Parts: sequence; structure tokens; C-alpha cells
Amino acid sequence: MNKYENNKKAVQKLVLDKSVHRDVYINEEIFKLEMEQLFPNVWIFIGHASQIKTPGDFITSKIGNQPILVSRHRDNSIHVLYNRCPHKGVKIASEPCGNTGKFFRCPYHAWSFKTDGSLLAVPLKKGYEGTGFADTAASKGLSKVENVKIYKDFIFARLSKNGPSFEDYFGDSLSTIDNMVDRSPNGALEIVSSPIRYMHTCNWKMLVENQTDTCHPMVAHESSAGTAVKVWEREKVNSVSKDTPIAVQFYAPFMSPYEFYESTGIRIWPNGHGHTGVTGSIHQDYTDVDGYMEQMVEKHGDEKAKQIINDVRHNTVYFPNIMVKGAVQILRNFIPISVDKTLVESWCFRLVGAPQKFFERSLMYNRFINAPTSIVGHDDLEMYERAQEGLKSDGNEWVNLQRLYDEDEKHDVTEIINGTSERQMRNQFNAWSKYMTLNMSEKLEAAE
Amino acid sequence: MKQETIIDFIYEEAFLLDTMQWSKWLELYDKDARYWMPMEWNQTDPMMQQSLMYEDMLLLTIRVERLSGERTFSQKPKSRSHHILQTPKILEFNEEKDLFKTWTPFTYTETRGDILERFSGWASHDLKLVDNNIKISLKRIDLINFDAPFSNIQLFM
Repeated sequence: MNKYENNKKAVQKLVLDKSVHRDVYINEEIFKLEMEQLFPNVWIFIGHASQIKTPGDFITSKIGNQPILVSRHRDNSIHVLYNRCPHKGVKIASEPCGNTGKFFRCPYHAWSFKTDGSLLAVPLKKGYEGTGFADTAASKGLSKVENVKIYKDFIFARLSKNGPSFEDYFGDSLSTIDNMVDRSPNGALEIVSSPIRYMHTCNWKMLVENQTDTCHPMVAHESSAGTAVKVWEREKVNSVSKDTPIAVQFYAPFMSPYEFYESTGIRIWPNGHGHTGVTGSIHQDYTDVDGYMEQMVEKHGDEKAKQIINDVRHNTVYFPNIMVKGAVQILRNFIPISVDKTLVESWCFRLVGAPQKFFERSLMYNRFINAPTSIVGHDDLEMYERAQEGLKSDGNEWVNLQRLYDEDEKHDVTEIINGTSERQMRNQFNAWSKYMTLNMSEKLEAAE
Repeated sequence: MKQETIIDFIYEEAFLLDTMQWSKWLELYDKDARYWMPMEWNQTDPMMQQSLMYEDMLLLTIRVERLSGERTFSQKPKSRSHHILQTPKILEFNEEKDLFKTWTPFTYTETRGDILERFSGWASHDLKLVDNNIKISLKRIDLINFDAPFSNIQLFM
């Protein structure tokens, strides 16, 4: 069973230049190592500051499989805490969000904690006198996550002591978050709604890879987007308005030909980040919203306003497990549950100060594309489920990722490439291998 | 019109869904009708609060045609549905205003291949008369666990 634990070389051998071994998707030990190594070693998105506006507000989240608590303290500072009581391990908060008042109180034995995590009080204090309680981890309260970065209200954390700095890790990829924030005339985003939650019986990486897979939409979504185009073409003669409904504007571009995706490009960044839609994207032709351009010009000036609005990046993957879509203000969080189970939470952001039409569109896009009731979602999940099953086949243990591979291609670089390349997937797996093994100790020869 | 006629109409809708008579099912809806699945408790706004579905006849027609598409792989094999309805409660019966409202607790089962999923909730219908035929102007599905992470829901509740 311990084929990969403390065995850097075995893990690294799963990722080759042009292919990856199926164990990255179906091996339970690999999944366990992802939770112990990969997720703690890198910066994980855990929430947005607009979800915890006032002191006492909290949200619960996860890094890998570890429960996390994010709280707003009375001095307005944000604290990221391990969500477990230092006494018996009970989760301190179990709801997705709420307000705890001045302190958290464990429901089991009433240990209480300030909203910065420090211990406030323990009942029957006398019982701990003379026991050396002050020297224990328990006396420190809720364990704090030390490495926290709040970037333009996006809250990220890294659990491991040793790992890349936030700036080194994300680098220029933050430009997608910048663009989404800049789309608000007030320069602020807000979460005001629960995410759409969609359970997938597949490995989390299949979903992440699919975000920059531009060779599947016209094939896998022929059933949904293709039917939408066909039905609209037929029905529009009976329609009162001849304007293409926004629903069809959302669906139809999925059927764009290979040439469209080839020409709009992919940009890759170091550490596994990258995005589709560099010079244009499936989001480029939506009907304008009245009054918005004027607002943006007033705030940014003509040139910058146009630059922000015309930067219609398609999907930006922030490795390992989120995708940001600035043009429709959506963030998808691919939360690993087990080797073959992934919870997808898709959040919409409100552009503060912008016409409400944008939020309406964002919510609409979310239910059309990211919901368990979405016909586009049905197409994709079917493919992931079939892959999860198909990979059990011993006929071929390797997954091929060599589309537009160049033997001179380098890792951890910034480049713009042909939009049908599978290079972003190779980029992700290079980062995967690097951060899986970053803090892994080498197995001793004698132990083998 | 009799109240029983309304109740029979609600049962007829479930019958058409469970026997997969999709085009006849669509004909029960008014041309401006909406099919709404909220994602919040006591949700009041289908557009500015997150819904799972809020679809007009164009979108419902796309769904129905997709189900029989040659390249609709998520329907190979096909899904089937099963409705159990409690007797619909008539909330409004107003012939003068041409407005009839019902509320129907249900248990819904959807199956595909070896997977079987069960849902519970309440269906609310707003009905009206069009050329003397009852038509649905709004169907609203409130699930008891509207915020749970579901897997695919491909048919209609």
C-alpha cells in the first residue's frame, strides 16, 4: 500500500513530459498524499472578506480535508484558524457562515475563545491548577494558520511552514483577479449569495483540467449548446423580440470551431496557473449593459476602461483548485472529498456600484453552466464519470497530454501559446509534482 | 370549472412526466410560463437571488430536445422519473381574476443506470385558462434540501 509515501521518486515518475500515470486520478494513497502534502504546501482560496463584514462574522472552509474557520475580530482583523477545539477536537463552527458575537463557545464543554482564536475561558478552571496547563497547546486556544494573505478581499492561506511566498506563487496570474475587481466602478466585489453546489463522482483534477480544455466544448457540449442554437434558430420566427436571448448568447459560443479557440490563445504562468481566452473568448460578444461604459470611463478614463472591459479572459486556473471567470464574475472552487468525489462550489460576485444587470447575468450564467440542473454540467460530468471508470482499465496506464507539445518547452515560464494546446495541463502537473514532493522526506533504503 | 378539474390537471402533469411524453408535457405550459427551482428558503426573487432553474419555454424546449439527441451521452442510458404527489391543496380559486394556485407536497425519484436519487419538496402551480384549457403560468419547486450538493438532476420534478 505504501508505494508513494516518503517516496519522492515514485511520485515524480507519475508525471512525464507528455503524459501522466492514471494513479494521479484513481490511487487512494496519492489522494491521501495530496491532502498531506500538496494542499498544505500551496496557497488555497478559503473565502472572501465581504462574507465577514462585521466583527463576530465567520465562515467555515477547508484546505484539503482540514476544516478551517475564518473570523472577523473586534479590531476588524481577519483570523484564519484551524476549526477544532483544542480540548477534544470538536469543530467550533459547523455552519457555512454566521455571527458568533464576541466569542466562540465550544458546544461540548463550553471552552470559549475570542474571535482571534485565543483562549477566553475554561469552565472549572480549578481542575487544571497544578497540572501544567499553561505549557500545553490547548492553553493557546484555537491553532492559528500563520501564512495568510488577503489579496483584494480574496482570502488565501498556506498551512505548511515551508513553501512559496504568496507573491512568488501567484505572480502575474493575479491579473485576472485584478481585472474582475476593476470591473466594479467602485473597485470592490461582494458575495451576497450562497454558492451553487454540485457533487461530482470524479477526481478533482479532472475538473481543473477541463477548465482549459478547449477541444471538448464543440464535442461534449454539442448536446446542450448545439441543441440550444438549433432550437433558437427554429423558434426565433415566433419570438416577439428578434434579439438573441442572453441564454443563447451564453450557450452558442460553446459551439465555436477549433480555429476560434486556436486563435484566442492560452497564457501560462509559473506554478501551474494559466488561462484560456487571451485575445478574445466565448465571453466577448454579450450585449452591453446600459450606462456601464460611462461609469467605467468616469472612474478609469477612456483607455483603461476599454482595456478592462475588453480583457474577456475565459477561464483562469489558480492551481491547484479554483477557477476565476472575470467577465461573468464567477469563482469555482473544486473541493476534493475523496479520490473519486469532488464538491464544486460556484460563487457569483456582485460588482459593487455597477448596474444590477451584471449580477443578474452572473447568477444566470451560474445556473446555466454550473448547477446540478445545468445541461452543460450534465455533459461534462458524464465525461468525468466515464474517465473515472475507464482509467481502471489495465490496457493503458497513461493519460495522454501531448497536444502541441514541443520538446524545447520549459517549465515555470510565462508564455502565450496556441489556444488548443494541452500545455496548461502539463503546466498544472509540473506544479503538482513539484508541490507534492516539496516537503516530502525521502524513504530510507533500509526501510524498503 | 370545478376544483377537482384543477387537481386532476396536477396529476395529469405528473403522469405525462413519468411516461416521458415530453411534448405533451410542454403543451401544459402557457407561452410565457416559467419553471422555477429556488435555491434559498422562502426565496422571493428568481433572478436576483440564486436559483437552480428559472426557465422559459425556449429553455424548456431545449432541455426536452436535448434528452433525445443522438450525442446526448448523459442520456445513454436514459433517465426515468417517478412522482408521488400528496393531494394538491387549492390555495386560490378565482375565476374572475383567472388565477388558480395549488400547493402539492411530493416525493420525486430520478434514476439512471444503477443510480437512484430521491428528492422531497413542494410544487406550487400558478394556473390560468387559455381558450378554456388550463395552462401553467408558473411552476415552482421548493426542495426540502435546496442547498445540498446534488449530482445531476436531468428530468423535471
